[in-house]
Amino acid sequence: MRMPSLRSLKSALMTFFMAAATVAVLLPLVIIFAHIVKMGFSSLSPDFFIHIPKPTGESGGGMANGMAGSCILIVLASGLGIPVGVFGAMYLVEYGGSRISNVIRFAADVLSGVPSIITGMVAYTLMVVPMKSFSALAGAVALALIMIPIVLRTTEEQLKMVPDTLREASLALGVPLWRTSLRVTLRSATKGVMTGILLAIARISGETAPLLFTALGNQFWSKKLTEPIAAMPLQIFNFAISPYEDWHRLAWAGALVLVTLMFALSLTARYLGRNKYQS
Amino acid sequence: MNAKVNIDNLNVHFGSTHAVKGVSIDVPENTVTAIIGPSGCGKSTVLRSLNRMHDLFPQARVTGKVLLDGGDIYDRSVDPVAIRRRIGMVFQKPNPFPAMSIHDNVIAGYKLIGRLKKSDADEIVESSLRRVALWDEVKDRLKSSAMELSGGQQQRLCIARTIAVKPEVILMDEPCSALDPISTVKIEELINELKERYTVVIVTHNMQQAARVSDYTAFLYMGELIECDTTRKIFTNPEKSQTEDYITGRFG
Repeated sequence: MRMPSLRSLKSALMTFFMAAATVAVLLPLVIIFAHIVKMGFSSLSPDFFIHIPKPTGESGGGMANGMAGSCILIVLASGLGIPVGVFGAMYLVEYGGSRISNVIRFAADVLSGVPSIITGMVAYTLMVVPMKSFSALAGAVALALIMIPIVLRTTEEQLKMVPDTLREASLALGVPLWRTSLRVTLRSATKGVMTGILLAIARISGETAPLLFTALGNQFWSKKLTEPIAAMPLQIFNFAISPYEDWHRLAWAGALVLVTLMFALSLTARYLGRNKYQS
Repeated sequence: MNAKVNIDNLNVHFGSTHAVKGVSIDVPENTVTAIIGPSGCGKSTVLRSLNRMHDLFPQARVTGKVLLDGGDIYDRSVDPVAIRRRIGMVFQKPNPFPAMSIHDNVIAGYKLIGRLKKSDADEIVESSLRRVALWDEVKDRLKSSAMELSGGQQQRLCIARTIAVKPEVILMDEPCSALDPISTVKIEELINELKERYTVVIVTHNMQQAARVSDYTAFLYMGELIECDTTRKIFTNPEKSQTEDYITGRFG
């Protein structure tokens, strides 16, 4: 038998390394997901979705208030973050001069790199200190600050891809630039913009650190937006570090729900954003 | 002769490039004026100055005057949006709005600005499409996407969209360069009819086309106006030797 040449040996070795790297990327995801499903699924029950946590010592209870709280926080944060991100991107692409655009772009990139606990501290200073209370509003501000750069940069990329001929078609009809931006340019980029928004929502729905000293968390239903509010990631965090076996089970169930939600959001985003030329 | 548009000493700079150098052209009302010249001579740049399309590009600087019925469209008090309502434009590549139906494309100039009564809309759609001889081809599928039409049909749709907002002047930037010969003939016939109601300025690469459709021809070379006269004069007995060389195909 002939000895394999050095060249084919090298090729086989490199192929093996690349395959190993691929597995190394995929494996953690599979392990995490499998573990969460294993631990969380048995703790899921209808109670989990309709009850608030029971006092310590009593068994049962759920995370209904956390889920509702997360929804409220996400809606509020989206209401703040999406318009700022989308309109900011429209300004960058349609109106901005090159100098100011670069400054804004740089600011957005830095903002998206800021550790989220710092963002929470900023929201604490901006909202909690003057209002003298932890609140849903403060939590929403912290989450919105995380959303803005994500929405801004993805929207910007999408708007840049809209061909100039389309803008010119509208402008040549005597449509003002702002209406052209809204009704022609943004409209053509809707799919991509939606993808960016969904990814931003997926990102903030799991954020815990910025909520620690803004939304704070709440064992009960909150009645006002100016009160502390429960959120799923916070409850998972609090329950997971508690000494009670029952709460650990709730934390696993919460983790499963949260991961499933984010998985669904990411899949939807991918579905919306898929390249129309590939199908 | 009554000039609808006077271009008076027009200069356009892109950054440090001087693309159009002191061009002056008079465009008489209800005529077709062709701007011809080799690639890069500035003919599209001149055309786009006439409805202030350069406003979009911060690096473009336009000086000189463009008078529409005697009023300078570059005057500080003038709203470019109002100018573009009066001076419509048809582009090189057909550019219907991909997200709109054929019907909505025709009335896009109204829909994008506000509302339009359905009866008015239907009337405008039919009359505009009839005028570009597209009505019979599309009347049964007005609700389908404009992207289903052929290139020539799309271009006629774009012309219908332009005349639907009742402009006074129509600018055409090589409207046939992306079309097949049969579609080209249809558009050329259409241009001939359009001049009864509108003043047309057309940029074209194709000298035969300029000779066929235009009443006046301006020859541009390297950003300068070499000669502007009646089309007959330009094509049979031009004043300048450069014009003659270009017309006879010696360069360009």
